[in-house]
Amino acid sequence: MSDAPILSQIRTAALARRNWLKAGLASLGGLWLAGCDQLSNNATAIKVLESAEGLTRRAQRLVLSPGQLAPEFKPGDISPNFKANGSVDPQDTAYRAHVANGFADWRLSIEGLVQHPMKLSLADLKARKSRTQITRHDCVEGWSCIGQWTGAPLADLIREAGLKPEAKFLVFHCMDTMGGGGEDNRYYESIALADVFHPQTILAYEMNGAPLAVPHGAPVRLRVERHLGYKQAKYLERIEAVASLEGLHGGKGGYWPDRGYEWYAGI
Amino acid sequence: MTAADANAASGTEVPDRLYRHSGLTRATHWINALSLFVLLLSGLNIFMAEPGLFIGQYADFDHPAVRIFAAHGAGGQLIGVTQIGDSQIITTGFLGVSNNATGHPVARTWPTWMTLPSYRDLATARRWHFFFAWMLVLNGAAYLAWNTYVRHIQKDLWLTAEDVKAIPQSVVDHIRLRHPTGLAATRYNVLQKLAYLAVILVLVPGMVLTGLTMSPGMDAALPVLPWVFGGRQTARTLHFLFAWGLVLFFIVHMVEMVLAGPVNELTSIITGWYRVPKSHSDHGAA
Repeated sequence: MSDAPILSQIRTAALARRNWLKAGLASLGGLWLAGCDQLSNNATAIKVLESAEGLTRRAQRLVLSPGQLAPEFKPGDISPNFKANGSVDPQDTAYRAHVANGFADWRLSIEGLVQHPMKLSLADLKARKSRTQITRHDCVEGWSCIGQWTGAPLADLIREAGLKPEAKFLVFHCMDTMGGGGEDNRYYESIALADVFHPQTILAYEMNGAPLAVPHGAPVRLRVERHLGYKQAKYLERIEAVASLEGLHGGKGGYWPDRGYEWYAGI
Repeated sequence: MTAADANAASGTEVPDRLYRHSGLTRATHWINALSLFVLLLSGLNIFMAEPGLFIGQYADFDHPAVRIFAAHGAGGQLIGVTQIGDSQIITTGFLGVSNNATGHPVARTWPTWMTLPSYRDLATARRWHFFFAWMLVLNGAAYLAWNTYVRHIQKDLWLTAEDVKAIPQSVVDHIRLRHPTGLAATRYNVLQKLAYLAVILVLVPGMVLTGLTMSPGMDAALPVLPWVFGGRQTARTLHFLFAWGLVLFFIVHMVEMVLAGPVNELTSIITGWYRVPKSHSDHGAA
């Protein structure tokens, strides 16, 4: 056919234009992605982005009165399967030994900047006044589960131990090692005094009416409602009152905060 | 007779150029555009940490409203699946499974070009998201406060009785891709007003409020939030839907800009000055 070369020429030109357009869009997109990825790894850019955390913390402290409770639910609202996340079956030798003998030798130590350091057995904790609450557990990943928790209010224990005036935070040291690493990968978290003395902040030893199971942090986990799931430290063994978080592990006050997550986990 | 012709025929003086957007409107427009863009891409990265949507207070993992995941085919190959309610669609190459930088299919909710950062990183995506969320809120508050004060919203965006009557005609004009000229072009048409009002009064405030409902701190401060939206998980689902509503608005916004004259439209949102398109009767009346 006589017009075939012209058609093929047009086709080639169209194809070239399309390829050029595709290449152009792809390289623009690639430039944008590379730019954002570079910013995401730039210390100054991260500092700027992190400044929003201080704003969020101050704004929430402003609208949240100290005693304001997180919403509580009815027994019928409890999740049929409460997802266990993070460590679900710690393999640490000391922890395995505690599981093997039913936590009979387990002691919770309250120490650091306190007047009277304490060592409490599970029975000691259970003998104290308890609080039961049905609350929503909000994971940073986006899901939520509702569960019932029974435990000893942290405020009572801390008043008993007596905080020294310079104490500003409580640090929760856990028995589980994340990702199988060494001491550096031991889970820990910390909270400010405003949350320590909140009525819903408890050391929970029961979940949904049964003793706390291993996937959920046996024998005792922290419940600090009004915060995300990673703040609810499991497998507790030591509570330390400190003046600053800087000397601990990565210095950001928690296993996940040391890895880029917000220390203030109200959002 | 269209509304455009009617206005042109009424004999009102039509300016050649019009100072359409105040400096504050222009600045807030661009900050808003940048914020929404970053919020969308970082939000999609955050979504990858739990690529399902649920209705209610807690996540019923066995009954998601929406879920995007990867399955294995008979030959072991990866298949991207998007599930909405009980129905599943194969979305390999886009949702659930897409190609990585070296062209190999990997299990991933969205393709890399749709997320910020391009790689999976919940902590960094949240940093981006909350910084620009504050920017969106402060910028939006400045826009609303100032433009309510100078009555821009009441005068130029709020619907008048004539606007409501003109809805059918405006729908026809939009379908025929006919854009107003002359005096009519100095005002927003009714569908345009509805689209802008939907963004500034429904979609963006809806994004912010459903976003706040996902915050355990804010739910303690304002228990009315989870009550209004039917739970944190429903709020998360609505957050997702509002986001795509804004994407839809953006697409229509771009199409309309191109159809109405991209140079003139872009110039007006950068410099404030809008050249009023001439109507045929304007030429005759000179």
